[in-house]
Amino acid sequence: MASQSEGTPKRPGTADPPAVRIALITIALAFVALFIFIPVIAVFTEALRNGLGAYFAAIADPEARAAIRLTLMTAAIAVPLNVTFGIAASWAIARFDFPGKQTLLTLIDIPFSVSPVIAGMLFVLLLGVRAPLGGWLADHGIRIIFAEPGIVLATIFVTFPLAARELIPIMQSVGSEEEEAAIVLGAGGWQMFFRVTVPNIKWGLLYGLVLCNARAMGEFGAVSVVSGHIRGHTNTMPLYVEILYNDFQFAAAFAVSSLLTLLAIATLAAKYYLGRRVIPVKQEQDDLAKVAA
Amino acid sequence: MSIDLRNISKRFGDFVAVDNINLRIETGELVALLGLSGSGKTTLLRIIAGLETPDTGEVLFHGEDASAVSVRKRKVGFVFQHYALFRHMTVFENVAFGMRVLPRRERPAEAEVARRVHELLKLVQLDFLADRYPSQLSGGQRQRVALARTLAVEPKVLLLDEPFGALDAKVRQELRRWLRRLHDEIKITSVFVTHDQEEALELANRIVVMNQGRIEQIGSAEEVYHHPANAFVYNFLGNVNLFHGRIENGRVFLGDTAVELENTHTHAHPDENGKAVLYVRPHLLEIVLKPNGKQTFPATVKSINPAGPQVKVELVAEWGDMVQVEISHERYEVLRLENGAHVFLQPKEQKLFVYQI
Repeated sequence: MASQSEGTPKRPGTADPPAVRIALITIALAFVALFIFIPVIAVFTEALRNGLGAYFAAIADPEARAAIRLTLMTAAIAVPLNVTFGIAASWAIARFDFPGKQTLLTLIDIPFSVSPVIAGMLFVLLLGVRAPLGGWLADHGIRIIFAEPGIVLATIFVTFPLAARELIPIMQSVGSEEEEAAIVLGAGGWQMFFRVTVPNIKWGLLYGLVLCNARAMGEFGAVSVVSGHIRGHTNTMPLYVEILYNDFQFAAAFAVSSLLTLLAIATLAAKYYLGRRVIPVKQEQDDLAKVAA
Repeated sequence: MSIDLRNISKRFGDFVAVDNINLRIETGELVALLGLSGSGKTTLLRIIAGLETPDTGEVLFHGEDASAVSVRKRKVGFVFQHYALFRHMTVFENVAFGMRVLPRRERPAEAEVARRVHELLKLVQLDFLADRYPSQLSGGQRQRVALARTLAVEPKVLLLDEPFGALDAKVRQELRRWLRRLHDEIKITSVFVTHDQEEALELANRIVVMNQGRIEQIGSAEEVYHHPANAFVYNFLGNVNLFHGRIENGRVFLGDTAVELENTHTHAHPDENGKAVLYVRPHLLEIVLKPNGKQTFPATVKSINPAGPQVKVELVAEWGDMVQVEISHERYEVLRLENGAHVFLQPKEQKLFVYQI
């Protein structure tokens, strides 16, 4: 054995030759540079092309402010609802056995597999003025399509798997023993939930919240269909960017885009930070399980 | 507080976990539920705690029906097999939990909580770890924190699910003795589940041997070990040799050698002929070099292991069954056994156990 290993190179048998490694790393980095770094830098250079004054003027424009306000409002409604749904769904799936559990798991993913434009169309067909339900609502003075409620609904639809998807595996891996222990020690349902369940899933919860928020603010397709593009009323930031661009107001378009880009960067940073916190929780679970075994 | 279980049954789908169990546990007793996994012992414990609802039957605490009492009001302490410590709380906060979730009127003041927590941590000899998190503790320490946390709510009944299952042998020994002493001190009615017969025999006042959701025998360590109610109990408590034989005219035949049924613990009917299983513990067989007029069976030595307090000899009986025998080192010196030696096995009187099948 010893004499044999002396003759062979030190590289273990499973490692790739250096040429392959360098090639793969180069390709990966080149892709990131081409599709991520250059566009991001372009957004900011274009946004600042006419100077800082023009940049802030573009953002301070009443229509821009209306778009920002609508985007924030939409996220403020959609995100808490999704987190509530995410907790309820993951709780149900991780803790109970019920008929249709697999179906529910599959259905949660539908917004991921359906094109957002089709999702938007679906709401128009269901709630538009010419549809029975939409017509009835319109008769009672409730407008959904081409109004803010439609935008919120479409946003909820496209984001709703995000929190649930994140929470289900965490709930499952944490298990219910600690919750049972809390109950035996005399805790009520809400005490158990806030003192034991939430702290155990909090990093996953925040992670899901960040993802959900990013998607809610950045959604274009579904929202575009239901919005009607009424300036100053039903334009979210992504829609407003498109309008500016079509009006050849490139600097303004990029100025608003830069806000969304900053959101993306902040999301990425939060995701990175939270992702590092989620994994230790899972790790600790495994360690505990190992000790137990 | 005494516990009465009356006609308790519980199914999970088609699986009968607990099958019509009746059991009374007296105040201050330390009872072991002993059985293999799947015997229903943990389910029974969870039913006592209120974590599972029985399909039929009732649980009485101190003579009163506890079915309508919710888990959180039952005043039971439950120590989970994997301890279920709150991983995001320090040891101190874990122990304080039961006091912190009390309704505001009953909740002790912070100073009182701290005093109680430290008192309990001293009781389990872990006061110096109050600021640690569960992940920073060893298995044995986690176990004791779990116990302190449970005792903090002053339970009337202490229930422990495989309390030493996840610990290594040495720690297990220590904790076992420690728990015994603790029980002697605080005299709380306790029930623990175990699959380890040695643990049950050493720790419990009374042992409930369970098998397939039913109780096979209830008794003291002495009773279940020396007077097993049936073959299962005998087989389960300690090592046994199992021989297949047949009953003919009041005698059990093993190969060509017959044993008088009168000389055995038996549930077999002497008038019914048929197959029988015969059990005998390794230390209740003697090896002799010549038949000496008493009951003996021919056998051949296969292997000898002299390491340990007793010499373990493995033999093949004349009728083909493998036989394990434990003899003293002194006896081993006298016999001068070697592999392949032809010897005779002589049961020490009255200790054969015959079961008709």
